[in-house]
Amino acid sequence: MKRESFFARNPSVLVFIAILALFTLGVTLASEAFGAGLISTSFIKTLGKTLCLCLIAVAMDLVWGFAGILSLGHFAFFGLGGYMVGMWLMYERTRDIVVASMANAPIPPTPAEIDAAIGTQIFGVVGSSEFPAIWFFSGSLVMQLLLVLLVPGLLALIFGWLAFRSRVTGVYLSILTQAMTLALALYLFQNDSGLRGNNGLSGLQNLPGVTASQAVVSVWFLWASALALGLGYLLAAWVVSGKFGSVIRGIRDDEARVRFLGYSVEGYKLFIFTLTALIAGIAGALYYPQAGIINPAEVAPIASIYLAVWVAIGGRGRLYGAVIGAAFVSLVSSWFTGGQVPSVNLGVYTINWVEWWQVILGLSFVLVTLFAPKGIGGLFDLAQGRLVPNRHGADYGPDQGALMEREGRE
Amino acid sequence: MSTLLEVSGVSVTFDGYRAIRNLSFNIGPAEMRAIIGPNGAGKTTFMDIVTGKTRPDEGRVLWGEKSISLTRMSEAKIAQIGIGRKFQRPTVFEDQSVFDNLLLSLKNKRGPFSVLFYRKTPSDTERVHALAEEIGLADQLPRKSGELSHGQKQWLEIGMLLAQEPQLLLVDEPAAGMTPEEREHTTSLLVQAAKTRAVVVVEHDMEFVRRLDCRVTVLHEGSVLAEGSLDHVTANQQVIDVYLGR
Ligand SMILES: Nc1ncnc2c1ncn2[C@@H]1O[C@H](COP(=O)(O)OP(=O)(O)OP(=O)(O)O)[C@@H](O)[C@H]1O
Ligand SMILES: [Mg+2]
Repeated sequence: MKRESFFARNPSVLVFIAILALFTLGVTLASEAFGAGLISTSFIKTLGKTLCLCLIAVAMDLVWGFAGILSLGHFAFFGLGGYMVGMWLMYERTRDIVVASMANAPIPPTPAEIDAAIGTQIFGVVGSSEFPAIWFFSGSLVMQLLLVLLVPGLLALIFGWLAFRSRVTGVYLSILTQAMTLALALYLFQNDSGLRGNNGLSGLQNLPGVTASQAVVSVWFLWASALALGLGYLLAAWVVSGKFGSVIRGIRDDEARVRFLGYSVEGYKLFIFTLTALIAGIAGALYYPQAGIINPAEVAPIASIYLAVWVAIGGRGRLYGAVIGAAFVSLVSSWFTGGQVPSVNLGVYTINWVEWWQVILGLSFVLVTLFAPKGIGGLFDLAQGRLVPNRHGADYGPDQGALMEREGRE
Repeated sequence: MSTLLEVSGVSVTFDGYRAIRNLSFNIGPAEMRAIIGPNGAGKTTFMDIVTGKTRPDEGRVLWGEKSISLTRMSEAKIAQIGIGRKFQRPTVFEDQSVFDNLLLSLKNKRGPFSVLFYRKTPSDTERVHALAEEIGLADQLPRKSGELSHGQKQWLEIGMLLAQEPQLLLVDEPAAGMTPEEREHTTSLLVQAAKTRAVVVVEHDMEFVRRLDCRVTVLHEGSVLAEGSLDHVTANQQVIDVYLGR
């Protein structure tokens, strides 16, 4: 019997990777640092951050769209990933500055003095100069990168184990995940949390030991984000393509039935919850160096709700839908809230888009849920459905949909 | 004859209502058994207890030669040791193809990691095709199972049961909503299955039970009212009073 390759069975994955590669190449060629200078550095950062948001949206789609677990807490993992990498960035950079400023002192400073000076620099804002225990590894990039995986992974593992083991499902689980992210945000807001309270970590855009300009660094991060998104997408597509995908979609549709087939539903949920937390942690670790700052507001419950909205609008249960949703909504959102859209003066009332955008977003979420439950991704089905009304079987993906759309016009 | 499943002295109470009262029930390794009884007699609850969905308040549920107790095992574990179940309302994964439904049910390793790295073997594919042939869905394999007719879904679910290769099949109202021809096919599927394993069938339809041609247990108000051949139990005055006479 002939075995079809993974890509032959999932052509949409190949198309996605190709589009992502073309996009990255295009942006690079239009950048100030490596090309024509058509795109500003700040917009490249926006695009790079958007890729990270697309990555966490893929994670959200895995856990919600495929496994049916409506987690409203994945931004907690995203934020933790950001904090973990931020600790190293902030420590190293402050160290560089401190060492440079002390170099001219008549007596060379002792390591303890350097340490104290770094501590004062970093924790002065919260009235402290001591390094909290959680900063133990902050001098080691390798360790902090490991923590990017370990901290969100362990939190997800413990939380998931407790929640799934007691068979918390549906809306109760969603509320529980909201409580988790709220608790984390409240903890981080405290000055003695050890992570600078509501000041958060800042100056993260400066890479220690790197002399290249932000224009160059921004493109590096764009590449890294695109690579992470590409790999994350591949991983997700692989996970859902085989029997594992069959099991988790079964859990989404009828978990009791899956249990009576002999699958330990709790084990699968824990697996997918933790895996997606890891992906979210990585996405966050790439996002915040581009944002430059992370503070507790980033893990506020609303952030995770937005994530669900993106995936719903893009179309859950298909990975490219999640990516389209996250990219579309977050870009449009930054356009509206960036103050670039002129306000509309209605005489009696002036529509200020920065505020009204939220209303529009909320409204579109309701409309999509009611009238287009498949989201933007459903458009691809529509394009296919016209030509092949009786398409029994699996999704073909966006590529063939686009093709058929073209054929339809001819 | 040795027993495969031994249920003894089991009671279950829901919010003060005793749905199962001191129920005892045995079945041998390759035996067909029909369970009949009025609505609310506790037939489905009995299956819930055996499959681990409902925990009994008291009594024992013992399985196999080693007499393993099932009352503390998880549903998944019970399914793994060889008890398969078909629900009263057909439950197949409507969003997935008939092929995938069967593949999912095939007796293979069930852990997340083995499933993640599972690769379809030719023998598994063959097995799925053979099962589809048996349940009469050979030409429906690529279809989404949600598109099947009601009867076809019932068969698919029986196919999924067989795919697990269980030693005991618990089948809740397999013929409900079927046409007479469909019922006949269902009967032969179950009779065939019972040649190599134990099968417990819950059914209201007397004609269907007659064609199964097996021992019958009558449940009433959570305990066994009568047991024996169909002719024997239908001649029982109590059975006539609570069930047949209505
Ligand atoms: N989870 C539950 N909570 C409360 N009561 C229950 C529960 N499950 C079953 N019951 C009650 O237990 C009794 C037995 O129900 P069961 O479903 O086992 O009956 P049945 O013999 O399968 O009936 P039918 O022929 O209608 O399928 C009924 O009175 C039912 O209302
Ligand atoms: Mg019942």
